[in-house]
Amino acid sequence: MAVNDALAGTHKIQEEAAAQRPGQLMPILNDFSQELTTLNLGPTHPATHGIFQNILQMDGERIVSGVPTIGYIHRAFEKLAERKPFYQITTLTDRMNYCSSPINNLGWHMTVEKLLGVTVPKRAQYIRVIMMELARIADHLICNSILGVDTGAFTGFLYVFQEREKIYEIYEEVCGARLTTNMGRVGGMERDLSPAAIDKLRAWLKSFPAVMKEFENMFNRNRIFMDRVVNVGPISAEKALSYGFTGPNLRAAGVDYDVRAMNPYSSYEDFEFDIPVGTNGDTYDRFIVRNEEIWQSLRIINQALDKLPDGPYHADAPHYYLPTKPEVYKNMEALIYHFKIVMGEIDAPVGEVYHSVEGGNGELGFYLISDGGRTPYRLHFRRPCFIYYQAYPEMAVGTTLSDAIVILSSMNVIAGELDA
Amino acid sequence: MTPQDAAAAPEAPVAEDPIKAQNAQVLALLTRLFGEGTFTDVHEPYGLLTATTTRERIHDIIAGLQQDQELKFHFLTTMCGINYPENPGKELGMIYHLHSMTKNIRLRLKIFFPLADPVVPTLTDLYNTANWMEREAYDFFGVIFTGHPNLIRILNVEDMDYHPMRKQYPVEDGTREDKTDLFFGR
Repeated sequence: MAVNDALAGTHKIQEEAAAQRPGQLMPILNDFSQELTTLNLGPTHPATHGIFQNILQMDGERIVSGVPTIGYIHRAFEKLAERKPFYQITTLTDRMNYCSSPINNLGWHMTVEKLLGVTVPKRAQYIRVIMMELARIADHLICNSILGVDTGAFTGFLYVFQEREKIYEIYEEVCGARLTTNMGRVGGMERDLSPAAIDKLRAWLKSFPAVMKEFENMFNRNRIFMDRVVNVGPISAEKALSYGFTGPNLRAAGVDYDVRAMNPYSSYEDFEFDIPVGTNGDTYDRFIVRNEEIWQSLRIINQALDKLPDGPYHADAPHYYLPTKPEVYKNMEALIYHFKIVMGEIDAPVGEVYHSVEGGNGELGFYLISDGGRTPYRLHFRRPCFIYYQAYPEMAVGTTLSDAIVILSSMNVIAGELDA
Repeated sequence: MTPQDAAAAPEAPVAEDPIKAQNAQVLALLTRLFGEGTFTDVHEPYGLLTATTTRERIHDIIAGLQQDQELKFHFLTTMCGINYPENPGKELGMIYHLHSMTKNIRLRLKIFFPLADPVVPTLTDLYNTANWMEREAYDFFGVIFTGHPNLIRILNVEDMDYHPMRKQYPVEDGTREDKTDLFFGR
């Protein structure tokens, strides 16, 4: 009964909304709403890949309207960030898009470096590019293989999950962690690429393309898979832009917007890569665009590894970059800087900066306002999936429940980032 | 480079910073479209043109920028609230980031208004994406968007009775004593 009461409330809201702006934004319930079934999809449904709740109105098997509820794992990152020194905020960014944490970490470091005016050496930039592209591959592998699982193909998921494991092993060699990586530091990387890391990376670059090829063979022209995803949940380019889509979802709709190409950061201008675009923005296009982006990421990693310059792996910025432990034990200045950095006694300059990187699922932006203190005055995360998830009801209305699940997984909505 | 070139180089006009030139163009166009005095506090921190305007004009300005054929600001990157408790009469603010993808121009617009009267026109009629962004600003800062179709809390629980991102609510519980830092005062 509680659900029905809640829905009566939502009906009222929807009707009021519909009266104000006919045909826009909120799906309208029709007159025979008495005959509709209410279906509570989530918040803990296994097929929703996270804590998403959608209260669906079903007419038989067709979805008539959907009301998403979000915020189940809201952890108040923006508020917490107002009390943390800059280096401690990195661990908050880990927990947003946890499928591609290195992109979040390094994007945050780049934001702070932009505020401080620190230039990072080329070697560190290239290492960052390698790690960010690995993260993108890991992110896309999860999204696409889970999409396969949702359509009933479990095999592909198992094939590529082994490869994701190998990517995580490379993370381990670089930063010591696997999922919440806390990778890099303000001013560069925490350590250089070790020979073991390079060996693992080279071995993986050799073995992965064959697996990816097999994965594509299994899905790309698979009759059963195509029947499930072609023309499911399409969105036009205009609608996608209006809904603030970015990343593979926007490119699947045919808009070639990629932050890496339009506003290059971390030396992306040094590499040659293509931006795949789709045509009608349906689930199949999103799948294919992600697959193609994996190949492009491999291209970038190969170029970066071949051209990896020598030199330092971090900037000479003693106020912000932790000195090495032996130095701290022997050297007075290093000890002072170590103490000041760890205690958060370093004041940042006054200023405001917006920096965005191409995250796994779209434009990940950091808007940082500093009033000259040890912590940000205000930090706002532009979280791509929070912004585009609001299009989900519109994309799901008119489809069946099984299609709605497939659309949800093809949008690559990550609960941690959605709720921040 | 020949010696002649090297000698001539200092006299050649110094190439202007392209971002600065572009921002100057955009600003000129903005003043032409919306009139002198519409924008105050114009500056470009880290290359991003920033201007402050009033809440009475913000809807017209963003609608005009969206429809303008030269600029085509058809993408609302993000918007967020902000709270400056020590600015009387301008305690709350909204900050909009617009992006013209065709020309790759970003623009940041700010409006400020009193805490006692946090009413701002909605942008949901211009951008679908403004819906949840405005709900987020309402949820965390208590900004009321007139004309919003469904202005309810989004990330916090419905029965919360305050807007937690306002500066009057500290992160730490004030009654706790085990976390007081005698040496650093925080």
